[in-house]
Amino acid sequence: MSATIRLKTPLSDSDVEKLKAGDKVLLTGVIYTGRDAAHKRLFDLLKEGKPLPVDLKGQVIYYVGPAPAKPGQAIGSAGPTTSGRMDAFSPKLMEIGLKGMIGKGMRKKEVIEAMKKYKAVYFAATGGAGALLAKAIKKAEVVAYEDLGPEAVSRLEVEDFPVIVVNDTEGNDLYQQGMQQYAR
Amino acid sequence: MREIHASEIAKVVKSLCIEANLYLGEDVLAAFDRAEKMEESPVGKEVFEQLKENARIAREEQVAICQDTGLAVVFVELGQEVHIFGGDFNAAINEGVKQGYQEGYLRKSACHCFSRANTRDNTPAVIHVEMVPGDKVKITVAPKGGGSENMSMVTMLSPSDGIEGIKNRVVEWVKQAGSNPCPPIVVGVGIGGTFEQTALIAKKALLRTLGEKNPDPKLAALEEELLTRINNLGIGPQGLGGRFTALAVHVEMIPCHIASFPMAVNINCHAHRHKEAVI
Repeated sequence: MSATIRLKTPLSDSDVEKLKAGDKVLLTGVIYTGRDAAHKRLFDLLKEGKPLPVDLKGQVIYYVGPAPAKPGQAIGSAGPTTSGRMDAFSPKLMEIGLKGMIGKGMRKKEVIEAMKKYKAVYFAATGGAGALLAKAIKKAEVVAYEDLGPEAVSRLEVEDFPVIVVNDTEGNDLYQQGMQQYAR
Repeated sequence: MREIHASEIAKVVKSLCIEANLYLGEDVLAAFDRAEKMEESPVGKEVFEQLKENARIAREEQVAICQDTGLAVVFVELGQEVHIFGGDFNAAINEGVKQGYQEGYLRKSACHCFSRANTRDNTPAVIHVEMVPGDKVKITVAPKGGGSENMSMVTMLSPSDGIEGIKNRVVEWVKQAGSNPCPPIVVGVGIGGTFEQTALIAKKALLRTLGEKNPDPKLAALEEELLTRINNLGIGPQGLGGRFTALAVHVEMIPCHIASFPMAVNINCHAHRHKEAVI
């Protein structure tokens, strides 16, 4: 197990190429939320050749639909949702420059291949630890698709947001490695 | 005949929605403590630390344990000597859900299947009513998150598949679910009944106090064996590898048709939430 790496967003090719499956990372900077419905809309815009409401070059998308913020909070509970549902859309977003995805759960082979091809990584945050993870989110502001409610795209400012690298740019998969190591 | 006003039902449902989503049960916290000590994977141990810290923050700051505060699944045991007056019973439950999710700052996760448009108040609730003797009403609210619910299964085995068939299907199913349902999980297994009953008893199995065994020694032994086999998969906390893929397996069984052998799996993530009240 490697030491914890501190990383600032947006991410460059060389930032992500240094990351290996199993690395613990603390992310600081801006990340964007996006889950099922928002991915569908972004994907449809790209298909029609139209501009996106957010430039995703070098950016990180966090698959999350937060709980509403209480007065005085930046955001409500905000843990990751299951990433596999975004698999159909992710390769296209990496093609236009997306560098990181944060979620939980397995990715399809095509998505892992796209990470190698376009230089991007997939991070896992602890699913179900939404109250804890919300502490690392200092500011949240809806920037697109407000009508989607919890599925709107928000710009988050995070400080030392804790994640672990699951899939790196070499095609390694921490879920496979971890399971093999502990299977009996 | 005991009279209970519909607004009383709404009030109780409202507070159960909030309590279930903010306060993780003592049984779950105790299971985290035990598992953290026994977990061999360093990353797995860290996950348990995070989950305990998360539960503490949720409890102390009164925020949701998990942002996915679920569809509100409501089980009602309605005493046959109770008369509900002053309003529609189902509407009262939905009103309680609406108020609880609004006032508790809980996420509204119900949407139209095709347009995906959010209903904005987390209704309709999923309501299961059972008539029982007596003059009480027992209400259990079990918020069900999408990630773990998506990893559910109903299958109609052949009677010749036997108990081994059940074991193999459950273990294979949990293996393919992998990291998706937020392990460490709680596995509810329903055996018998009809197609819809087997799914319902799998879900009801999740309401049992964590780790409490089935009173039938054969089923208790089945639970134990399934838990060992599932934890031998090595999936581990959050799927990152480790000893604890599941915290418990709960099996419920009822008789089935002579031609059938139905079974179902319903999984809860570690945010194993349910709260009950008796009126």
